[in-house]
Amino acid sequence: MTAVQEPTVEREIGRERRRKEDQRLITGRTRWTDNINLPGMLHLAMVRSPFAHAKIVSIDTTAAKDATNVVDVLTGADLGESQGACINAWAITEDQVTPPHLPMPTDRVAFAGEVVAVVVARSAAEARDAAELVDVEYEELPAALDLKEAATDAVLAHPDLGTNKSAFWKFDSAEAGTGGDVDAAIASARDGGIVIEREYRQQRLIPAFMEPRSVVVDPTGEQITVWSATQIPHILRFAIAATTGVPESKIRVIAPDVGGGFGGKLQQTPEEMIAFAVARRIGKPVKFTETRSESLMTAHHGRDQWQKLTLAADKDGKVTGLKVELLADLGAYVAIIGGGVPVLGAFMFNSIYKFPAYQFNCQTVLTNKTWTDAYRGAGRPEATYGIERMMDELAAELGEDPIEVRRRNWIDASEFPFTTVAGLEYDSGDYEKATQRAMEMLGYDELRAEQKRRRDAGDRVQLGIGVSTFTEMCGLAPSRVLGQLNYGAGGWEHASVRMLATGKVEVVTGASAHGQGHETAFSQIVADRLGVPFDDVEVLHGDTQISHKGLDTYGSRSLVVGGEALVKAVDKVIEKAKPLAAHLLEANAEDLEYVGGRFGVRGTDQGVTIQELAGAAFAAHNYPEDMEPSLDAEATYDPVNFNYPHGTHLCAVEVDTETGQVSIRKYACCDDIGNIINPLIVAGQVHGGLVQGIAQALWEEAVYDDSGTLVSGSFTDYLLPTTADTLSFEVDHTTSPSLTNTLGTKGVGEAGTIASTPAVVNAVVDAVRHLGINDIQMPCTPQRVWKAIQGAGSGGATPGAAMPHFSEDQPGQDSTEGAGA
Amino acid sequence: MIPAQFDYLAPTTVDEALAALAEHGDDAKILAGGQSLLPVLRMRLNAPEMVIDLNKIPELRGVRDDGDHLVIGAMTRHSDIATDPQVGEHAALLQKAVHHLADEQIRHRGTFGGALAHADPAGDMGAPALALGCEFVIAGRDGVRNVAADDFFVDLFETAIGEDEILTAVRVPKHTGWGAHYEKFVRVAHQWPIVAVAAAVKVDGGTITEARVGLTNMGSTPLRARAVEDALRGQPATEDAVRDAAARAAEGANPPSDLNGDAEYRAHLATVLTRRAVLTASGV
Repeated sequence: MTAVQEPTVEREIGRERRRKEDQRLITGRTRWTDNINLPGMLHLAMVRSPFAHAKIVSIDTTAAKDATNVVDVLTGADLGESQGACINAWAITEDQVTPPHLPMPTDRVAFAGEVVAVVVARSAAEARDAAELVDVEYEELPAALDLKEAATDAVLAHPDLGTNKSAFWKFDSAEAGTGGDVDAAIASARDGGIVIEREYRQQRLIPAFMEPRSVVVDPTGEQITVWSATQIPHILRFAIAATTGVPESKIRVIAPDVGGGFGGKLQQTPEEMIAFAVARRIGKPVKFTETRSESLMTAHHGRDQWQKLTLAADKDGKVTGLKVELLADLGAYVAIIGGGVPVLGAFMFNSIYKFPAYQFNCQTVLTNKTWTDAYRGAGRPEATYGIERMMDELAAELGEDPIEVRRRNWIDASEFPFTTVAGLEYDSGDYEKATQRAMEMLGYDELRAEQKRRRDAGDRVQLGIGVSTFTEMCGLAPSRVLGQLNYGAGGWEHASVRMLATGKVEVVTGASAHGQGHETAFSQIVADRLGVPFDDVEVLHGDTQISHKGLDTYGSRSLVVGGEALVKAVDKVIEKAKPLAAHLLEANAEDLEYVGGRFGVRGTDQGVTIQELAGAAFAAHNYPEDMEPSLDAEATYDPVNFNYPHGTHLCAVEVDTETGQVSIRKYACCDDIGNIINPLIVAGQVHGGLVQGIAQALWEEAVYDDSGTLVSGSFTDYLLPTTADTLSFEVDHTTSPSLTNTLGTKGVGEAGTIASTPAVVNAVVDAVRHLGINDIQMPCTPQRVWKAIQGAGSGGATPGAAMPHFSEDQPGQDSTEGAGA
Repeated sequence: MIPAQFDYLAPTTVDEALAALAEHGDDAKILAGGQSLLPVLRMRLNAPEMVIDLNKIPELRGVRDDGDHLVIGAMTRHSDIATDPQVGEHAALLQKAVHHLADEQIRHRGTFGGALAHADPAGDMGAPALALGCEFVIAGRDGVRNVAADDFFVDLFETAIGEDEILTAVRVPKHTGWGAHYEKFVRVAHQWPIVAVAAAVKVDGGTITEARVGLTNMGSTPLRARAVEDALRGQPATEDAVRDAAARAAEGANPPSDLNGDAEYRAHLATVLTRRAVLTASGV
C-alpha cells in the first residue's frame, strides 16, 4: 500500500505529444508487409490486360512456365471457385445492377489493368520476367469510357447486364417528411426569386498512398495467415471467408504497419484473393507487392462525378430549395462501398444551412475504367464542393459578400441540436464564431480591399478570396442507420484493456491505424482515464488474432467510435478493480475514490494503485470470493449518432491573368472538431488534409485516353504536390464538444480535404469573376484558367446572371466545359 | 519495379568505355547519373543487355578554364555546376537554369553531359547550352570530334552522338558580364517544364547589343529563338521593346500538346516567358 501522495494529475488529453509510432514509421525500419520474408516464400507477378474491354480468346502460359525458377503460371480458369470473389458490401438499392467480380476473370476483361494470369516464381524478378512471356490473345470490345455517354447505354461496359446503370438512389425531403417540395420551391423562385443552375465536374482522383499495396499469405499453419497493407483486416477476413468457403476461424489477417490509405486501402482486392488462392493451391507462402504503376492503374480511384445542381432562393438570398442530380462513375465493378460513396454525400449537400426543401438524386454508372471507391472524405467532399460553389454563385448573383449570404442561411448556434432537411440531427456547433476567427486570421477585410484596388487598376495579377464553410458527418456509424441504408455491416467498434502483472497496460482496438497516430492518441486517453503513465500503455491493433473484433479505420471513425469503446473498457477495468481495492484496503467500496490511478479511502491516507491491483489480481492470493481474478475488460460501442465537425476555410489566391497560373497567397481555417486529444496529431491531419484537397482543386486528375488507357499512369503525369508547392497554413479551432460521445470529440481525418477544395476554386473564380467567368473546371490548370480568361475576353462565356435552365436538349453548362476541359 | 536483367561494366578510362561500347554495340546503354535511364529500365521501357557505367572515370568530371571557354566534363554533377564559381562568372545562364532542374537529390546525382546526351526537349539543360553556343566534345574509336550546338540536337531523344561514341565534355564559350535568366513554367515544383526560356543578354548603356534565347519543350529538340534574338539586337532594354521582340518567340517552334497544355497555350507561354526572361536578364 502506498503512503499518501498528491496525485500527479498532469492531463494527457490535450498534450502535444509527439507520436510514439513515428520513429519506426518514418525510418521505415518496421514491419511493412513487403518487409516480411518467410522460409520458402514464393513471389507473384500479375499479367494484366492492356485493353479496357476485351474478350480473352486464349492464354498461352507455356513459355512462362519454362522460364527460370518459375513454379507455376495460373489463370482464372485454373483457380476456379477457389479464387472467391470481390464483394460489394452496400447495394444502395434493392435492384442494384452488380456485375460479378472475379479476382481473375476467365472470359472477358472490363478495364485496363485487370489481372488475367499470375506467375509464381522463386524471386520477384523472375516472376516479373516470366510475366512478359505469358501470351494472351484478346479480342477487343467497344469500351464504355465517358461517364455521360455510358449513362446512355450507347456502349455497354458489361454486355450481359444490358445496361450500364447500376442504381438510382433518391432522397426527397417532401417524401421523407423532413422538408418541403423542392420542385415547387424552384418553380416559385423562377417567378420573382433567384434560380442558380450549374453543372460541376468532380474529376477522377487516385488516392496515391505512400506504401504500394502488398500481401503475403502463409498457408503452412493451421490457420492461413494473410498479411496485407490494408485498412480493413477484419472486413477482409470476413470477405475471404464468405467468398472462398474457408472458415473464418481458419483465417488470420494481419495489417502490420501500413503506409497510408486515404480510403485507397479500404478494399478487398483481387490481388489479395489471388495470393490467397495461389498459396492454398501450392502450399507455400507467397508474396505480391505491386509496382507504383500497377498501384496507380488498378488500386481503386476516387470521386468522378458530374453534379447538376439547382438552387432556389428568394430575392433576399434566403435559400428555398436545393436539387441535386448526380452521375457517379463506378468504374468496371461495384467496389466494396461502391455506390455508397456518393450516397454518403446525400445528407451533406444541405451542409450547415437551413434549407426548407431538398432533393438528392444519384445515378451510379458502370464504365470500362478502374473501379472507384472511398477516397478521403468519400461523398462529403463532393457534396461540400457542390454546395459551397453554389453559395458563392448565389452571392455573386446578389452582388453581396459570400460570407454574408452564408450567414443568412446557416443554422444559428442557439438552434442546436438541429434536425436538418436531410433528416440528420446535428449535435453542436457555432458557425459564426469559427467564421469570425477565420476572417481575423486571413485578414479578410484587408484582402477584400486589396482585391478591389487590383481590380480597379486592372493589375496583371488579380486576387481572389474563396470561402468554404463546411460540416461533415463522421464517426461511421450508428449500426441501425447503416441497416436502414442496406449497408452490409454495422458501425460499432470494439476495445479491450488488459492489465498486465507488471502494471503495464495493453490496449486492444478494432480500429486499424495506417498512419493516423492511434497508438499515441489512444495511449493518451487511457493514461488519463486510467491514471497510468503514457509510456506504460501499449496499443495493439490490426491482427485479427489479437484484436478479434473490429470494423477498422475509415470515415473519421477511429477516435469518435473506437476511442469511445476504449473509454468504456477502461471504465469497466476501474469498476472491476474497485471491489478488489476495497477488499485489500479493508474499506467499504462506497468510501473509495479513484484519482490519478489510485483508489484512496476518503479522509485517510490509505490507498492502492491500479498497478498494485493488477499485480494482486495476477497473483490471485487474496481477492473477494464473488470476483474473478482479473481486471481485464472489453467493450463494444455502437454510436448513437454521427458527429458533425465544422469549420470555416478561407483561401486567398493570386491569378496571373497572363499565364493563368494560380498561386495560393494565404490559407486560414478555423475548424470545430470538439475536444482535442492531441493538438499535434490534429495539426498533422488538418495540414495533410488541406494539401490533399487543394491538390484536387489545382493539380490532380486521372485521365484516360480514347482507348481506355490511363494516361496519368505515373507521377510524371499524375501531379502530386510536394512541400515545395504548399505554404504554411493558418490553423485554429473553436470548441463545441460533441454531445454524442464521452470525450466530446469529433472526427478530423477528412475535414481538411473536404473543406479546402471549394475554398480554393471559389478563390480562383473570385479572382477572375469580374472578367466574366463563373466557373473553371477542376483541376484549375493554368491552361484552363488562361483559356477561361481568353474566352471571357472574346465574349465566349456568359456572366453569372442569365444561366439557361436545364433541359433535355441542353445538357450541362458551357461554364464548366468551356473552360479548357 | 524491377528492371529486366542486364550485365554491367564500370570502366575507369574513356578508352575502356569506348572499347566496351564497340563490343556490345546497340545492346549497350551508357549510364551517367542514371536519373533518366534507371526509371526507363525499371518501367521496362528499355531492356539493354549491357549497362556501361561512366561513374568510375575521374577525367570526365569537373570544370576547367580553357581561355575563352569553360570545359565542363560530361560527368560533372548538376550540383557541381550550381556551385562552381567559374560557371557563375562566365556562364551564369547554366547556373540559373540548373537551380530549377528537378530537385536537390536529382541534382546531386544527375550529370550535365548525361542530361544533354539524353536530349529530352523538356530537359532544363538543353536550351541554355544551345543558347550559349556550346561545343560538344564527342570521343569515338577514331578520336575526338567537336560538334556545334546547332548540330548536336537532332530530334526527340536523338543527338549527333554515334552509337559507338561517348560525350566526354562540353565547351562553353565564356559569356562574362552577360545578364542571364531562366524562366521556367511548371504546375508543381518537381515537374519538367511546361515551357521554359533561357535568356542571356548583353546590355551596354541601356541598349541590348546581343541576346541569346533558348526554348525548352517547344519542339522535338531544344530551340533557339533566333527571331527574338534578331529583333532584340540594338533595342533599348525596355518593357515595350522587349515585349515586341518576345512576341516572336514561338516562330518556327512546334510545341507538343499534353495534359499540361496544348500547343496554342505553349506558344502563348513562350512569348510571355521570353519577355520575362529577357527583362530579368537585362536587369529591367
